Amino acid sequence: MRDFSYVRANSLDAARQAAALPGAMLLAGGTTLIDLAKCGVAEPETLVDIAHLKGLDRIEVNERGATIGALARMSHVADHADIKSRFPAVSEALWQAASAQIRNMATIGGNLMQRTRCPYFRDPANFPACNKRQPGSGCSAIGGVTRGHAVLGISDACIAMYPGDLAVALVAFDAIVHLGERHIPVDDFFLLPGTTPDREHAIEPGEMITGIEIPGSASARRSTYLKIRDRQSYEFAAASAAVGIEFEPDGRTIRDLRVALGGVATKPWRARAVENALKGKVLEPDTVRAASLLAVEGSVDHGANHYKVELAPRVVARAIRKLGETA
Amino acid sequence: MTVHNIRHGDASDGAFAEAVGGRLSRIDGPAKITGAAKYAVEQQLEGLAYAVLVESTIASGKVRAIDTTAAEVAPGVLQVLTPDTIISLKTAADWFGTPPPDKPYCPLARDITFSGQHVAAVVAETFERAVAAAALVKVSYEETPAIVDLSDGKAGDGIAIDAMTKEWGDAQGAFASAPVRICAAYNTPREYQAPMEPHGLIARWEGDRLTVWEPSQWLDGMARTYAEWFGVPFENVRLVSPYIGGGFGSKALALSHGAVAACAAKMLGRPVRLVMTRPQTFTGYGGRAATRQTVTIGADVQGKIQSIVHRGVNETSIDGMWVEPLGSVTSIMYTTPNFSSKQNVVRVNSVVPGAMRAPGENPSAFGIESAIDELAYEVGIDPLEIRLRNYAEQDPHAKKAWSTRQLREAFAAGAERFGWSRRTPEPRSMRDGNQLIGWGVAAGTYPVRRAYGEALVRILADGSVEVESSSIDMGQGTYTILAQTAAETLGVRADDVVVKLGDSRFPRAGVTGGSRLAGVMTGAVYKAATSALDQLVGLAISDPRSPFHALQANTLVVANGRIASPRGDGPDVSVAELLKSVGRDHIEATGDTMPANSTPEDRYKNYTTIAMSVPHTEGDYSRHSWCAHFIEVRVDEDFGTVRVSRVVSALDSGRLYNPKLAESQWKGGIIMGIGQALLEEGIVDRRHGRIVNNNLADYLVPTNADIPDIEVISVGIPDLHSSVLGGKGVGELAIVGVAPAIANAVFHATGKRIRDLPITLEKLI
Repeated sequence: MRDFSYVRANSLDAARQAAALPGAMLLAGGTTLIDLAKCGVAEPETLVDIAHLKGLDRIEVNERGATIGALARMSHVADHADIKSRFPAVSEALWQAASAQIRNMATIGGNLMQRTRCPYFRDPANFPACNKRQPGSGCSAIGGVTRGHAVLGISDACIAMYPGDLAVALVAFDAIVHLGERHIPVDDFFLLPGTTPDREHAIEPGEMITGIEIPGSASARRSTYLKIRDRQSYEFAAASAAVGIEFEPDGRTIRDLRVALGGVATKPWRARAVENALKGKVLEPDTVRAASLLAVEGSVDHGANHYKVELAPRVVARAIRKLGETA
Repeated sequence: MTVHNIRHGDASDGAFAEAVGGRLSRIDGPAKITGAAKYAVEQQLEGLAYAVLVESTIASGKVRAIDTTAAEVAPGVLQVLTPDTIISLKTAADWFGTPPPDKPYCPLARDITFSGQHVAAVVAETFERAVAAAALVKVSYEETPAIVDLSDGKAGDGIAIDAMTKEWGDAQGAFASAPVRICAAYNTPREYQAPMEPHGLIARWEGDRLTVWEPSQWLDGMARTYAEWFGVPFENVRLVSPYIGGGFGSKALALSHGAVAACAAKMLGRPVRLVMTRPQTFTGYGGRAATRQTVTIGADVQGKIQSIVHRGVNETSIDGMWVEPLGSVTSIMYTTPNFSSKQNVVRVNSVVPGAMRAPGENPSAFGIESAIDELAYEVGIDPLEIRLRNYAEQDPHAKKAWSTRQLREAFAAGAERFGWSRRTPEPRSMRDGNQLIGWGVAAGTYPVRRAYGEALVRILADGSVEVESSSIDMGQGTYTILAQTAAETLGVRADDVVVKLGDSRFPRAGVTGGSRLAGVMTGAVYKAATSALDQLVGLAISDPRSPFHALQANTLVVANGRIASPRGDGPDVSVAELLKSVGRDHIEATGDTMPANSTPEDRYKNYTTIAMSVPHTEGDYSRHSWCAHFIEVRVDEDFGTVRVSRVVSALDSGRLYNPKLAESQWKGGIIMGIGQALLEEGIVDRRHGRIVNNNLADYLVPTNADIPDIEVISVGIPDLHSSVLGGKGVGELAIVGVAPAIANAVFHATGKRIRDLPITLEKLI
């Protein structure tokens, strides 16, 4: 680890100013940054510690929705009674992410900034080519070990999977990311790799995530996060789905449906085709199964990750069916 | 002339926790839980410097040049070691003690045979400085094509290992004429020991004397290696290793990183600490070799085996030799009139593979215990019944009687407890919603490996007892069972016994591997304690100052820290009082289990090599531990995810010195077996010959959430052909057979036979 300087910011503005300087990075829970520094990917000149800033860890939930401060801990949000009752998919996504120790340290803002687990991205010494790390250097993953790589949203420059869980639920329920005064939909906050996989978030120098806002809805209230993986705990998703549903008064016809996928795409992946195919339809197993196949429309696999194309629609279908059963 | 009453009962014979056979909790537990236990690299030494390894980024070729310019001038850097600058060592003998070739040994490589090979090292004032400078070392290579693994087209058929060939009858002929025939191939991937404590050490030279603090499964073997590398007498090297954070076979040998640290310390004249990073542990030493087996069975229509033909292959490195004995279970589990097993090893560009919990038996059992399950379905009989129909009443290979084989009892006890009789035979016949339920059974075995050990027992003036041995405790419970052994033999409480382990200055012990330590060291401590007791009673009877002198007794009773005449008609004093009265501040005795006429050379060879290990088929008997696993899995029919929901295992490890600790080791083995079956696999990038999942987020071992309640049942009886006190091996047994039991359960659940481990979800959807 090379030398870096450490600044403890005493205000939000001071933090933003310090973080705008070249080579500066924000430090909150540290669970991603320190990991990336250890494997030689993050090489900050300056760490700007914001962990102690006051007022950024609030969790407020009312009829209109939830606002969650950037410094709220994953475990606090996951365990918040109103989040559990009004946004079960958000709570479940957090519970199934990482490990207890990491959830106790990691913040919501840092969670959104989590980077890919692509092994080629994480090993600069052995794999110098990585367009995400070094624009134009190439992609070591293509042609390599791709079992954990994305099948949706990929480009010739990058097939790295977005590994997180929380953002999948946020994308499903049209959450808004607060960058101070600027507010942008979370779906726009995460960028497709395209030809610039080094640019992962729509965040400008001098900006900092201050919080997120999740609009309340009937579909958010009846929602779930289903995460499938080989290991029961502490593993990234093979495929996951955040699903919310609202029925017409008959209790069978789908008025509103939200579907987003994790573990299969280069960013948290909203599956609007599935939603549109099922809105207005009566929830029937065959209908759901057929519509769920639309979740992976346009997918391109690299052999070892083909199973994700099979798996993701099944995860979506199961999640929808599960919510239907609780009607 | 003395009184000592070791009960040779069954596993539950401990009348109280502190006796041998009692359920005493680990006496090293509190120190570990509170952090008071100081591990090897936690020693605080004056002037400590920090070394960090630089690894090759190619798998095959030559180092053309190493540019150390930038690293040498980096802040805090003390030295940069390369093959050109590191001091020259002598080649050490291997673990058999085979005389080494007379050529120098360099722990930093010029010829690259695997990715991750150590090519340079940087030593600095702090660990962080060394890491930063190591990244500045620029190595250029001439790269040549690598053989990445067993499936590489360049790998070839490999080298036939004739010593592994086992044949009797006419296996091919009997197979050809058998009415029922099955043939299938079974593969296991590279697997890693992944101990919680990574490998590392602190080396310090004082003149020509070397002290090494290093986690070690074999102090005397490693001390010998260091001594031979540096050309100093064995006695000049001291290995210290009081606590080990898991070894599983990987910490038995002195390895190149140890040589680098010891060289750096010598060259620098300062103590040097070197700890591998977690990624480095995947290439710094060998995990379990990848294996391939074909098992061919011919049987009659009742499922009686007529012939087994077995062929095995394991990978080894380009310039090292590792044989994973794949026919070890195949050749003894079932009786068959015709048998043939042969094995090749294939060189690939990897670090030389190493020992990992039950090397040989583990993959061997995956082959034969899967194949016998396939045969059961082919014949149409219950998988448990087919095992009983082919039960080996004696060792089919050695043609000797088993010392003890409680496998039939294990099948019966496990099946009863599991409820096996309620199993419906058809695959996919049991379900719970989306979950397909499967029940599988498999057997396991591990040979009783025996060697010799010595121990010192000291009775102090206050009546308390010390035990000293250079054997080690890596979590199995050595501290505890040796305290129990000394306590029972000497009639004191285990609390009054202090066990000192993990220092090569203590009386010697062989390798802690092959599940041999408990049998060897309880025997040695028992003998040493008996000898100390003889001295104590002898003094009490013969010393004129003793209160017993006038008694004219020929024996005395020692119990509860007191010494008295057998009939209770004489003095009754504490051991402390007796020692005081005869003017002694302590009594001590060394005991060992070596043959009586052993020479000093024999002893040295015994403790520093494995050449003196006693074959498990020595004499009239064949000695093994046995087990039977009954496992329930739930497979999600949409997702292919497999979860183990129930385990009942019945095990025969002979007499248990401490059932609580033995059960814990068995459960640990079963958990490791669940990981092997479902999760663990070193994944190679075929373009680079490099393991890419070299960390604990990507190399998956089970978490608590993956493990159901595990029930273990001891069905062992004392086996005095196997050890002094009647125990057989514990540590490695329980992993053997877990993976096939799970694969068999997955077949029962889904109708899909998975013959390549691990059983990940994409193989089932």
